Amino acid sequence: MKRIGVYLISILFFFQSNLLAYSSNPKDFVNELVNDAISKLADKNFNKEEKAEFIEKIALENVDINALGLYTLGELRKSSSKEDILNYQKSFEKYFLKSLTSRLTDYSSSNFGITGEDKKSANYTIVNSMISPNDGGPKIKIDWRVYTKNPEKPLIRDLIVEGLSLARTQKEEFASILSSNNNDIKILITKLDEFSKK
Amino acid sequence: MKFFKNLKFILSILLLINLTSTKTMATEECFEGVSRSIFKFNMAFDDVILEPLARGYNKLPEPIKNGTSNFTSNISILLSIPNSLLQGNISQVGHSAGSFLINSTVGILGILNPAEKIGLKPHKEDVGQTLGTYGVGTGCYLVLPILGPSTARDSIGLLADTFIDPFAHVTIRENQLFGISGSDLDYYSVKGTTVIDFRADNDKNFSSLEKNSIDLYSSLKSIYLQDRENKVKNSIGDENEWGNLDN
Repeated sequence: MKRIGVYLISILFFFQSNLLAYSSNPKDFVNELVNDAISKLADKNFNKEEKAEFIEKIALENVDINALGLYTLGELRKSSSKEDILNYQKSFEKYFLKSLTSRLTDYSSSNFGITGEDKKSANYTIVNSMISPNDGGPKIKIDWRVYTKNPEKPLIRDLIVEGLSLARTQKEEFASILSSNNNDIKILITKLDEFSKK
Repeated sequence: MKFFKNLKFILSILLLINLTSTKTMATEECFEGVSRSIFKFNMAFDDVILEPLARGYNKLPEPIKNGTSNFTSNISILLSIPNSLLQGNISQVGHSAGSFLINSTVGILGILNPAEKIGLKPHKEDVGQTLGTYGVGTGCYLVLPILGPSTARDSIGLLADTFIDPFAHVTIRENQLFGISGSDLDYYSVKGTTVIDFRADNDKNFSSLEKNSIDLYSSLKSIYLQDRENKVKNSIGDENEWGNLDN
């Protein structure tokens, strides 16, 4: 009986992890990931909390949040202590997930299609896509910066919406906060924590 | 006489930009304290006037919104024609002029957009972008009352636009072009409608940005500068910075 229980739990975990495993080819990876997200977010059987949980799960699995955090910190990542960087990354992850769920839980359905890809280097491929909102709104061009250092596990590092990089916007926002606070990383961490607790 | 006075003013500021552009990056502020105060005023203006107007506009039937958007876009293409010419982009001159002619006639004064259906894709070009293609640096960043984010170069461009925009010539400059003339009211009505149409189109994005920014002023500054950079260069740079991340 115990064996059957373990077996059933293993099957459950197997299917759960399979649900979150996407192709290793950057183009297919983005296509599968986004279509999966679109179908879940447009599903009226899911409530807001379930949608938020789902977004957090796929973001933790498929977005390189640590690297994004370091990028947005700019040059300060080189001069800050290890402890400060670790604290910053913890706060950044919470901030990122909160901001992402807040943006996506009110999502309205759209059609998504991959339009091309551009291999920038061994580490980066830009996947081009187009989103057409079902409410007839204008089409939106989105480019995905996919990190491919581990070819078996691509990760998203940036989204470029109509030419505007979300990572760069975030980096410049943080740079402004830092420059008006003597480049004190602790103040930035406090501000990120305040946002996450809102 | 007034024209030459304005021209002198423009040239002296252009000279100032040229002198400072090698040292001043757009990420540097002209006068941050003042800009932040103007930004606060602009946000209040948005809350009280622009946002309610944009939300009301968004409730209009789709054909009316599309028609209005097409109409204002068609008029703004007039500014792109001389700018594409000044940039030496003859193909874009063709796209802009063709689009304006077809939409103004077949498209019933620009309310419809048949030019798009036959493959004409005019880019919006202004004097700020033209100066950018000539290698004039952005100069420092500033916020203008009501008009919002800008740079030293783009502010001069904005003023210069009124000298080369055919629509401005027949309205605020009170000239006649092919027997057509208008008034200040026509100019400001079209410009005002363009702003409301833009704000209405981006209502959800703006609310989301407002909700998710720790420093909205800096987020909007970054978005404005990236957008202008893309319009001048047609690129999405920063490749080096991402490459350095793994070192």
